[in-house]
Amino acid sequence: MYGKMLINSIVTHVCYVIISVTIGFVLGLIIGILLSRIPKYSAYIFPIVSIFQTIPGIVFIGVLFLYLGMKPVTVIIALSIYAMFPVLKNTYTGILSVDEGYVEAAKGCGMSPYQALFKVELPLAFPNVIAGLRLATVYTISWAVLASTIGLGGLGDFVYQGVSSNNNTLIIAGAIPAAILAVVAGALIDRLQKKIMSRGTRGEAAK
Amino acid sequence: MIKFDNVSKRYGKKQILNKLSFEIPDGKFAVLIGPSGCGKTTTLKMINRLIEPDEGKIYIDGKDIESEDKVQLRRSIGYVIQQIGLFPNMTVAENICVVPKLLKYDKERCDQIVHDMLNMVGMPYDEYAGKYPNEMSGGQQQRIGVLRALAASPPIVLMDEPFGALDPLTREVLQDEMKKLQKKLNKTIVFVTHDMGEALKLADTIIFMEKGQIVQMAPPEEMLKNPSSSLVRSFLGKHSDGEMSSISVEDFMRTNIITVDQDRGILECTERMARSGVDTVVVVDEEDKYVGTVSIRDIKLRGMGENTIKPLISRNVQTVQRDGNAQECFDYLLNSGDNYVIVLNEDDTLAGIVTKNSMAKALSEALWG
Amino acid sequence: MSLKLLWEHLYIVICSEALAIAVGLPLGIICYLYPKPKKAIMQVVDILQTIPTLALLGIIMVFAGAGKITVIIGIALYSLLPIVRNTNLGLVQVNPGVKEAARGMGMSKMYRLFNVELPLAFPIVFTGIRIATVNAVGSAVFATFVGGGGIGFSIYNAIKAQNMGQLMKSTAALVIIAVALDFGMGLIEGSLHRGAEGKKKKGAHLSKKKA
Repeated sequence: MYGKMLINSIVTHVCYVIISVTIGFVLGLIIGILLSRIPKYSAYIFPIVSIFQTIPGIVFIGVLFLYLGMKPVTVIIALSIYAMFPVLKNTYTGILSVDEGYVEAAKGCGMSPYQALFKVELPLAFPNVIAGLRLATVYTISWAVLASTIGLGGLGDFVYQGVSSNNNTLIIAGAIPAAILAVVAGALIDRLQKKIMSRGTRGEAAK
Repeated sequence: MIKFDNVSKRYGKKQILNKLSFEIPDGKFAVLIGPSGCGKTTTLKMINRLIEPDEGKIYIDGKDIESEDKVQLRRSIGYVIQQIGLFPNMTVAENICVVPKLLKYDKERCDQIVHDMLNMVGMPYDEYAGKYPNEMSGGQQQRIGVLRALAASPPIVLMDEPFGALDPLTREVLQDEMKKLQKKLNKTIVFVTHDMGEALKLADTIIFMEKGQIVQMAPPEEMLKNPSSSLVRSFLGKHSDGEMSSISVEDFMRTNIITVDQDRGILECTERMARSGVDTVVVVDEEDKYVGTVSIRDIKLRGMGENTIKPLISRNVQTVQRDGNAQECFDYLLNSGDNYVIVLNEDDTLAGIVTKNSMAKALSEALWG
Repeated sequence: MSLKLLWEHLYIVICSEALAIAVGLPLGIICYLYPKPKKAIMQVVDILQTIPTLALLGIIMVFAGAGKITVIIGIALYSLLPIVRNTNLGLVQVNPGVKEAARGMGMSKMYRLFNVELPLAFPIVFTGIRIATVNAVGSAVFATFVGGGGIGFSIYNAIKAQNMGQLMKSTAALVIIAVALDFGMGLIEGSLHRGAEGKKKKGAHLSKKKA
């Protein structure tokens, strides 16, 4: 019986993570790119983003829970917002740290601003963006454990119940799969990064 | 033809370009040179509108470039910058094809261009086309940088200190290649450098700038013969093969010479000679004015019983003024059999000496740089 | 939210960072001195940080029981990565000229480490400690789930009681602590880095003279 519940929990957990990280990644990428186009204003916007990043995921879940009630959508929105910040931050700093020489060379070759962004700036910022994705994923898996605090399943159910009832077996049954899930996801993204990244930029990422 | 008409540019209070006007005819290799901050790079970047002028007009083939679309304009002008310009996320082939692709050439044509281009500089396609910039040496990268600029056959190519970061040997090779390519393809090239040797080697016309204005615009030989200001002359420096008579003695005298005071004792003097490994020292008085010379031979022959070197001082050595004519000084050294002459400042203080050695060195530098 | 919870939170952060420094600094030094265990150590601390906080705390709780000890150990383990990584990085980045000069003067390996290399690496090590500390302020929210108290207790209660005011107040307190620590330690870090630059310049000068 535990076995079936465990599989259910893992599936729920993975769904939460995949959906929220995807939404968060897309949002973060877009907003990061937009902010990188207006660096003058971003200098003021950015510290605010950093402050938001220090807010623990539980607060997002909590606030939305109070507004939206106990629905899976609450968890997904909360986790998406949370996952967005690391991606946003890394996209923005990644693009801004691309050497100006490359940007000028792109301009000098006759690339329009869009072409320069998509052909040169973003590919060069790519290692940073993926590092942001990795952070977002690992954090989201971690905070998804908390989804159980508002009774919405996931591996946290086991841990939470185990902790409250002092049942070590339950704790371990939830904690170990969650840990493995996170480690595997991290390793997968590392693999993905190596695969996607061209030979040319790999050296840069190592720096 | 590229034409600048009264172009000015300022950043804040600083005047970068001041009513600049010049023309570069088609098929010419023009080199912009001058001290840093003279506006040469700004001038270059105005041609492809990376920088816009505050006043004045720039024409290419009679058309005001302001009226053209920036992006289209840049696609029709090749652009090479220092080493960094290759996109590290693209292979050699992709880098070469950046502009052809922007111009929507089909794949076959792009491929053909890569083949032709690599062929032109003798880099085998199979070996290099798939490489990334960081897998090649600096010289190879910059070759690709030049090829990228040439790929879409633009009539004009701009080059901003393209070889500045390379080692001297590679630079030399690339300069030769560049000159050949330009002759062969008959491009108009505008090239920025701070290295006069490079300018003399490559240019059909050198445009010498200072403080946002043109100091002199002339072919290399003309500039060498008639530098229009002392700044141009100092830039030409060792490259100048103008008449030797215009060089003065001070240009090749040695200044680190052994001197002694005329009241010094003989022992001290000999010890000094021994320590420095010379057989003659120059004697000066307390005001550093030239008195004469003392040789070890004089001390040996006549030094017995003397305390100071004063009685042994000889005034037989020829002296010249430091701004004196170098040619006369050389003639004297060659004909008299003396090994050196003493060079004096206007107030008769010691300036240096010219030896046969320093003369030979100066000559070889003038001849071979 | 009471001052007691605030203090509890800070107590957890300070204790866990102290523990993390006590363990992480030697580990970082080992990574620098012995390249062989380096890869294994880095991988382990990397995985430790990847494990979800609540899962990590749960596993520790099985051994250490509910309470602050579990939280402190858990967050200390969580803080290891930046501290170990930056200690190693800081030591590696010490100007090779300075290292050579120290060796040339006949300093022993350990003497060099403690009197030359570690002091010069300290600004970067401190950056690692700052990152770990600011992260720890957030992670310590989990304390409440394993009976450790802190601001997390107040946040969790607010959610259960659907009390938005309390939730906002608690969050604000948390953010202020994190930002203040980040800012304050950032100031110290800035002055450390400036000092180190001066030292580095001197070092370069020395090594040039030697050559």
